[in-house]
Amino acid sequence: MSASDIIFYIFAALTLVCGILVVANPVSRNPVTSAMFLVLTIISMSGLFVLLHAFFLAAVQILVYAGAVIVLFLFVIMLLDLKEEQRRHVNRVVAALSVIVVMVIAAAIIWTIWQTKLGDGLDSAHLEGSLRAVGHLVFGKYILPFEILSLVLLVAMVGVILLSKKELK
Amino acid sequence: MNNLDQIFVYAKYWLLSQLPGGVQSLVSIVLDIIAIIAVFGTCFALTTILERKGLGRIQNRYGPNRVGPCGLLQPMADAIKMLTKEDIVPFAADKVVHYLAPLVLTVPIWLAFSVIPFGREMSAIDLDAGVLFFFAVGGASELAVFMAGWSSRNKYSLVGAMRAIAQMISYEVPLVLATIPVIMLSGSLNLNKIVEAQSGYAFGVAQWNVFTPWGFAGFFLFLIAATAESNRSPFDLPEGESEIIAGFLTEYSGFKYALFFLGEYLGLFAVTALSVTLFLGGWHAPLQVLEFLPSWFCFFVKFAAIIAVFIWVRGTVPRLRFDQLLNFSWRFLVPLTLVNLLVAVVWHFTSLGAGLDQSLRWLISAAMIVPAYVYFGRALSPNRPTRIYQYAE
Repeated sequence: MSASDIIFYIFAALTLVCGILVVANPVSRNPVTSAMFLVLTIISMSGLFVLLHAFFLAAVQILVYAGAVIVLFLFVIMLLDLKEEQRRHVNRVVAALSVIVVMVIAAAIIWTIWQTKLGDGLDSAHLEGSLRAVGHLVFGKYILPFEILSLVLLVAMVGVILLSKKELK
Repeated sequence: MNNLDQIFVYAKYWLLSQLPGGVQSLVSIVLDIIAIIAVFGTCFALTTILERKGLGRIQNRYGPNRVGPCGLLQPMADAIKMLTKEDIVPFAADKVVHYLAPLVLTVPIWLAFSVIPFGREMSAIDLDAGVLFFFAVGGASELAVFMAGWSSRNKYSLVGAMRAIAQMISYEVPLVLATIPVIMLSGSLNLNKIVEAQSGYAFGVAQWNVFTPWGFAGFFLFLIAATAESNRSPFDLPEGESEIIAGFLTEYSGFKYALFFLGEYLGLFAVTALSVTLFLGGWHAPLQVLEFLPSWFCFFVKFAAIIAVFIWVRGTVPRLRFDQLLNFSWRFLVPLTLVNLLVAVVWHFTSLGAGLDQSLRWLISAAMIVPAYVYFGRALSPNRPTRIYQYAE
């Protein structure tokens, strides 16, 4: 086991443990604690990207998720003061149902991975997540999904502005 | 000339050659880290004393002049005071988050220095996504501010943190948008390549980005956004002491407070170093006749000049109101940076095929950016009443 393997297992374990702590923290049911663990999850995931030499994706992961999205989450938490969330008891039926759903999804994913014939993996020259390659893919091959995504975001933005206006003219 | 230019690089390689081969790569990294911490730690100490002295002069007083010759040892005295103060943690505070917040602020900012080329062959990491990395690690400061404000369990802290985060998010948009023309026209996110793209001299004067219309406008937009991003006056509302005591710093004392103070100044240094790299040609000399100067010397002269401008601005401009602050970002800086993006595009394409005269290109660019500046500037205060002088003509 080489050094990068060990680092991979550390980051993977961190991602999983922190991910579990986001949704099921035995110590505190405070939403801010969950958000903090979400930050740790994201940072360890970007560590995994770095191990794949995808520095661009790692930087974007931290910039967009840890930088922008989490801060917006925290902003909402701060504004709403979610005390009720802490007091609310776990609904047994919902908990059981969600465990079943998660297990079905996990089984589907594991089965898919099992069925997929993995190649030998890319050599390190192709592994490099170079900026140019990512850019060519996003603005060439995947231009339509990219544009649709940006349109969806625009619609969401317009919707939020419309909702936050007090009186409509 | 070349020896002096590369003196630090040679020193590092000489030190490494004294060591056994196995540890060389590790020691090389550690040496880079030590160099960055030593240089910018000293810069921090010097800037605090210079800032206090400069502000003192602006306000018609002496500034600190008791400790050491001309008060130069004042930072040492401050450090000792900070270290020996009692560290008070509020009873209701979330202890872990309260403890972590200053670290989360300070540690990532040190990382930001690692991608900046301080001289020829003098950047710690030659990263392909350098600019992105810089902004990614800068994003952690918002998180730190939130952690500090929320974990203190203090209304003033929370209001301060909310103000700070709203401000940082708003001003990060123009900050990044102002760098985009530079990235587009240099064709790289790598800071070394951006510096390379600004090399060369026309008529003995350097070809920096700031000497193009989009670079000129972009530089000032970037500096304004950077002032707000590093919570400095006139944008220091998060710590507006007349309204909310010290904002998110209210419940911090002793060494943790010192760490916040350090983090704030380091953020300022990082963003200043980035502005030098992006717009002022990095380590290139301004004139061809000055090319004999060492590259790191050129870099730090520009760095010091911009820091001096920051001190000057802090001493002269009054603090904004919060709605003015947000309007200024969203209604003025963001549209202007977008117009600036268009200017950069026009500048780029007129140089390729049309073969236009240089002055005509400048005129076209000015015709785009100046009306936008006037229009958005006027739109900031649309209903300003005409001033009525009751007791004067």
